[in-house]
Amino acid sequence: MTIIERDPPQISRRTLLAATGGLSFAIAFGAKGLMLLPAAEAKAAGHDIGVWVRIRPDNAITIVTPAAEMGQGSMTGVPAALAEELDADWSAVTLEMAPAEPSVYGYGSGGSKSMGIYGSRAVMRYFDQMRIAGAQVRKVLLAGAAAKWRVDPKELTTEPSVIIHAASGRRMTYGEAAAITTIPATMPKIDKSELKKQSQFRIIGKSVPRRDIPEKVDGSAQYSIDVHLPGMVYASTMHAPVQLAEPVRWNDAKIRAIKGVIDVVKLEQGVAVVADTFEHVLAARDALKVEWSQNATAQGFDSVTALDTAYPAMAEGSNPETRTVGSKGNADAAFSGAAKVYKANFRSDYGHHAQMEPLNGVARFNQAGDRVEIWEGTQAPGRSRQKIAQALGLKTSQVIHHQHYLGGGFGRRSITDYSIEAAQVARVIKRPVKMIWTREEDLAFGMFRPQAFQCVEGALDSDGKIAGWRHCVVGDGGRLVYSGIKIDKYYDIPNQHIEQRGASHGIRLKHWRAVAHPFNLFAIEGLVDEMAAKEGLDPFAFRRQRMTMTSKAKRVFDTVEKMSDWRAKRPEGRALGLSVSERSGSLGAGVVEISLDRKSGKIRVHKVWVAVDGGTIVQPDMARANIESGIVYGLSSVLKERATIKDGAVEQSNFHDYEVLRMSEAPEEIHVTFLDRDTKPTGLGEIGNPFIAAAVANAFFALTGKRLYHMPFTPERVLAVLNA
Amino acid sequence: MVAFDLNGKRVSVNAEPETPLLWAIREHLQLTGTKYGCGAGLCGACTVHVDGKALKSCQTALSDADGKSVTTIEGLSPDASHPLQKAWVAEQVPQCGYCQSGQIMKAAELLRQNPNPSRDQIVTHMNGNICRCGTYTRIVAAIQRAAKEG
Repeated sequence: MTIIERDPPQISRRTLLAATGGLSFAIAFGAKGLMLLPAAEAKAAGHDIGVWVRIRPDNAITIVTPAAEMGQGSMTGVPAALAEELDADWSAVTLEMAPAEPSVYGYGSGGSKSMGIYGSRAVMRYFDQMRIAGAQVRKVLLAGAAAKWRVDPKELTTEPSVIIHAASGRRMTYGEAAAITTIPATMPKIDKSELKKQSQFRIIGKSVPRRDIPEKVDGSAQYSIDVHLPGMVYASTMHAPVQLAEPVRWNDAKIRAIKGVIDVVKLEQGVAVVADTFEHVLAARDALKVEWSQNATAQGFDSVTALDTAYPAMAEGSNPETRTVGSKGNADAAFSGAAKVYKANFRSDYGHHAQMEPLNGVARFNQAGDRVEIWEGTQAPGRSRQKIAQALGLKTSQVIHHQHYLGGGFGRRSITDYSIEAAQVARVIKRPVKMIWTREEDLAFGMFRPQAFQCVEGALDSDGKIAGWRHCVVGDGGRLVYSGIKIDKYYDIPNQHIEQRGASHGIRLKHWRAVAHPFNLFAIEGLVDEMAAKEGLDPFAFRRQRMTMTSKAKRVFDTVEKMSDWRAKRPEGRALGLSVSERSGSLGAGVVEISLDRKSGKIRVHKVWVAVDGGTIVQPDMARANIESGIVYGLSSVLKERATIKDGAVEQSNFHDYEVLRMSEAPEEIHVTFLDRDTKPTGLGEIGNPFIAAAVANAFFALTGKRLYHMPFTPERVLAVLNA
Repeated sequence: MVAFDLNGKRVSVNAEPETPLLWAIREHLQLTGTKYGCGAGLCGACTVHVDGKALKSCQTALSDADGKSVTTIEGLSPDASHPLQKAWVAEQVPQCGYCQSGQIMKAAELLRQNPNPSRDQIVTHMNGNICRCGTYTRIVAAIQRAAKEG
């Protein structure tokens, strides 16, 4: 074997212990220029420590970026907000990944500070904080320049990374200012009025290139799966086919006799084989025969039967696990006094994240065994450190964390069960180890978007207006099955009752891109479209005449109607469908244009138009890319993705039977319009996803006169509906 | 011991001949731009060129590379100057980026065979490469841009 020893990629560690805003700071000068330090730390530590910004005399600026980068661009978008208020020359800004220290680099406040990047909320959560941090540094620099020039700081203005005194024509770079500034003991307070107005933005709202992209076109981007450590060996875990069953015994002697095998390690829910090369790990794993405990909750679970019969029964009968999610007015009265009632049932299957990078982590213990280093890609570095420490009986401070690019997250990677396994194996074998779950393992031991059954009812009063609304979703996972079920952000229906009825199957569940919004909006907007059709109204007209929409909703519907040229004639064999979209504070409305191959049952989405109110759009091109991505990800689950569980075991194993959308199935055109709004940014990474199911189903109705009630709309299901 | 040219440099790997070329490149030779996605020839993240032909390295035995010339994303150009790499940046294609080495290598094969492909030809050629972030429309745009700008 050829071994090239090289150092692991080093992500610079900062050990700073206080955050900007409210706490005492000093700015110290070091070899690298300006550093913001807590006053006490600055006196004690004479080395490179800083919070968010470091400015060198040559005017090079380093900004720490706290957001996990999984493709959404937040690594660039979040510090861009700081650079804006700092009025930094973005071309001279270098980004440095923050260490996993939520108390310093987290959003929120106090003990609840978090670096968790989920719900598409990185920019939304960090925006104000980063702007204030940038404004504080700028204010400090201005004070330094003002003192030097003996002028009032109010007379100073800035251009990117340059301080200007217009009256005297003097200029000073930030690097020069940093070198002469007398540092205040506390960072200055920033009043909102001191922040830039939208019209003054140089970076916000003007797409800057993503900083991670150059590394992602030449193979140099480092994911944790790419880490090599001296003396490193490889491991892969086999988990029970029935999730959460435990290993009892296995053909240990046989596995240990396989070439290259170093150890076989029993884990709580699996058996890890360890070998000198990954191909030897795979060979050993293939030969591994494990006897599993037979007492797991999932034992015998059949997802198809549950969804077909048990869930509808739970929706009808009384169920002790019923949770009211929303209630308003008197729904029962609205239905008993209704002129007309419409009702429909919807179903959706389990969904898998299937991020492209199979789950993996690299772990190394020190010799004393009291400190572990972890290399991983995680959506929640702070929590990951904690959980790894907990699992190993260590303190959080004994876990050193190296964050990497994530080859996709989609909600799966805010729990780092894979890195915990890497650490557990590393401790046993006393060597650095790269733990890679195979694609098959990633799927079999997946954490799924729960399947759901939904019953939705609308009551029309004597004027034909929707006066009552009932929605019951049945499924496992609590919030994971009812998020997005409330309609208040777009429709105002006076009498509502919304509930979730629980089930519990022992299947691992997890947030999936936009969580339960995609299937709940499928049901909500599916029924709205059905009511419109049965009332003989165009979907836009029905919403305007028979429902009360919020002003935000009116705007996105109006915009998408124009964008899609809704009333224009479409080519033969094509039709349009409409749905609202809602997630993480953003609101959208989308239209899709589809065609159908009636022989095969394959639906094709050709064009998508979506209007989005996401508040201030910090980085328009990244925002657009996020929405394009949400649409394709959503469409993939709407047309193809289906995980099923038989006798407690996941039936699919790889991309041949868990099929995801390919290029030939992707829309040819995606048009995104942002409503230009000077309000706080809201989440955009998941707003492209929730409208797709209903929009496609509603377009299918427009095309065929038939309705799809069960997603994904696989060719078999489509043919069954067509032939019914 | 299997020897071949990797990005123009002679290398040898001491592993079983049936070892997938993917693991030889990634772990034995530590060129990690080539990615493991499915291990079953289904996703294309591991695409490399073997004597100019785009192959899924997870389905190619190390012994099949013996004496041949293998190019990975790291060897596509010395400084990320291949027209596709430039177009990928211009169109801001990558999101998570994990599949993009494979996408670019697959696209490079297409442009060599057909410098001016139609949209349909692009889609047909690229259909074996999965992108879970859904950058497909941007990939098409980038290939068209690279074809135009050379």
